[in-house]
Amino acid sequence: MAGAPLPPPAGGTGWKGLTIPLLIPAWAVVGIFMLLPVLLMVVYSFLTKEFRGGVVWDFTLAAYDQFFLNRGLFGDEPPVIEWTYISIFWRSIWQAALATLACLLVGFPTAWFIATRPAAQRTVWLFLITIPYWVNLLIRTVSLKFLIRENGPLNDSLMSLGLITDPLPLVNTNLAVQLGLFYSYLPFMVLPVYAAVERYNFALSEAAADLYAGRWTILREIVLPVVRPGIVAGCILVFVPSLGAFLAPDLLGGAKTYMIGSLIDEQFRGSQGNWPFGAAVSVVLMTMVLLVLLWQARAAARGARG
Amino acid sequence: MSTAIDISSVVKRYGTATALHGVSMEIRDNEFFTLLGPSGCGKTTLLRCIAGFEDVTGGEIRLFGRNIAALEPNQRPVNTVFQQYALFPHMSVIDNVAFGLKMKGVALAERRAVAGRMLEMVHLSDFADRMPAQLSGGQQQRVALARALAPAPKVLLLDEPLSALDLKLRQAMRVELKTLQEQTGITFVFVTHDQEEALTMSDRIAVMSQGRVQQIGTARDIYESPHNRFVADFIGETNLIEVDVTAVSGGMADVVLPGGHRLRCPAETTATGRHHLSIRPERLSLTGTGELTGTVERVVYLGTDLQLLARLADGTPFTVRLQNSARTQVPEAGATVGLHLEEGAARLLAD
Repeated sequence: MAGAPLPPPAGGTGWKGLTIPLLIPAWAVVGIFMLLPVLLMVVYSFLTKEFRGGVVWDFTLAAYDQFFLNRGLFGDEPPVIEWTYISIFWRSIWQAALATLACLLVGFPTAWFIATRPAAQRTVWLFLITIPYWVNLLIRTVSLKFLIRENGPLNDSLMSLGLITDPLPLVNTNLAVQLGLFYSYLPFMVLPVYAAVERYNFALSEAAADLYAGRWTILREIVLPVVRPGIVAGCILVFVPSLGAFLAPDLLGGAKTYMIGSLIDEQFRGSQGNWPFGAAVSVVLMTMVLLVLLWQARAAARGARG
Repeated sequence: MSTAIDISSVVKRYGTATALHGVSMEIRDNEFFTLLGPSGCGKTTLLRCIAGFEDVTGGEIRLFGRNIAALEPNQRPVNTVFQQYALFPHMSVIDNVAFGLKMKGVALAERRAVAGRMLEMVHLSDFADRMPAQLSGGQQQRVALARALAPAPKVLLLDEPLSALDLKLRQAMRVELKTLQEQTGITFVFVTHDQEEALTMSDRIAVMSQGRVQQIGTARDIYESPHNRFVADFIGETNLIEVDVTAVSGGMADVVLPGGHRLRCPAETTATGRHHLSIRPERLSLTGTGELTGTVERVVYLGTDLQLLARLADGTPFTVRLQNSARTQVPEAGATVGLHLEEGAARLLAD
């Protein structure tokens, strides 16, 4: 080491003086496209509804009151907990969790399969996985409905094979919604899990086998913990959009499969809408998603510490 | 001494490529046995066949008399130290070391005690609760060693375990590995491409090339009595000189050196005709008139030694090593020198 510290560079600051101007684009993007809309949503959730859509600038807790409390048909009874919306939330969480599990059960082996192909083949497999996603989600969901409807190709072929005698009533069921969610978000599971498995050092599996571990033990004790970050990322990428999804439940489901996404969507449609209520539901949904992400961040930090 | 591993006519093919062409060897119990050869010679493949990571295409491997072909890697009483260590990144050092015992169903208290002793043995007791990523390369290497030794295997397989370490550490680890092998009495099968490593540690060495065993013997055997050109050339430095063999009998050959001098020397071949003679550079000395005559091209100063690069009249390059002492007379470049072959310096090689 030289004895004296270096003198500050002469004549100025070079890039240093430009720090703030250079940060402006990033701030602008975050501010305009993220903070501002979220702020707008939060503010609207505290406003009063206008009858043909839109809002009146009177601050009120009415939207949250409507979400959580039941004051009777005429609003004059003592408040009890309103279960309608909470149960829609609960059903949505349940549906999203099931979809995530289904994506994981199919996505992990798929990702493993791709990651263990020769390098040249992997690109082809990944490409094949992503091809359907070049088509708009709405069109894909509607197509799925055509495939599974009573006189659609699925039922037709099952009947011509003699496996069933009457068409399966698939449309407007939980199963159809599950299928829709699964189909919509499967790549979001496959891709991060693939990235983790591809980096996995297979010598670890050999080392575990060498130390008397069987196949399932190796999977449970070595592979899954090591690729866990990829699995967690995949689960979040499937769970979060599934929770707020409205195309699959709307098009494939029925009244019994009503999910948060449809509830929100409805509040912003024409004169039936209730903008503050839609905003309030969105705020509750966003809070829940943030809690999930926070939990994941803490789990990841714990994982990094060991 | 009993046989630990009996390898007979093992063949390994990958599609059309053949990695092992009928390899046979016997590794004795309590032996430090080294598989030595350049990369691609099949040494790691053979080690992986013993560990069970590869199935043999043909032939048989017996471990203490038992054919192990049908056993999965987790059923074989051998443990491996991997080249890049393959430590489990999500487990602490002590959990890594105790993993094999855990899989064998050893109770927690006992496996922690054994793992603790293993860490003591490799001087890492203070690092038991660290994660592998927090250790240096040399420390990770020791953890890998402790992890493989903890279940007390009958045979320890080591796949170039020192290749990722720097020179000083490598030299220190050589001594430690040898000591450890003697202490534990476990059979070590050590794979390396580094001939110095092989010579300093091994009881016996199998030199391999292109999927075949070229020679098996002690360090002294393979250095002083190389069987063929590959072994002579791969182990240490040697001069290979093409000679005419006029007669071979009883392991001795009569050869005609370039320049016409006749010589009788030990032979690894029984055929007459053109063959190669191996002469180690340090077994040659300078005289006025010797068995060979050459022209000095260059003298290289190596500190303890001087290396003389010379050429015979027919153009064959030649190296002589001279000890750097006050009495050594160093010829100038361009000088003509006579070379004397010390007793037993020359050996006729098989091809």
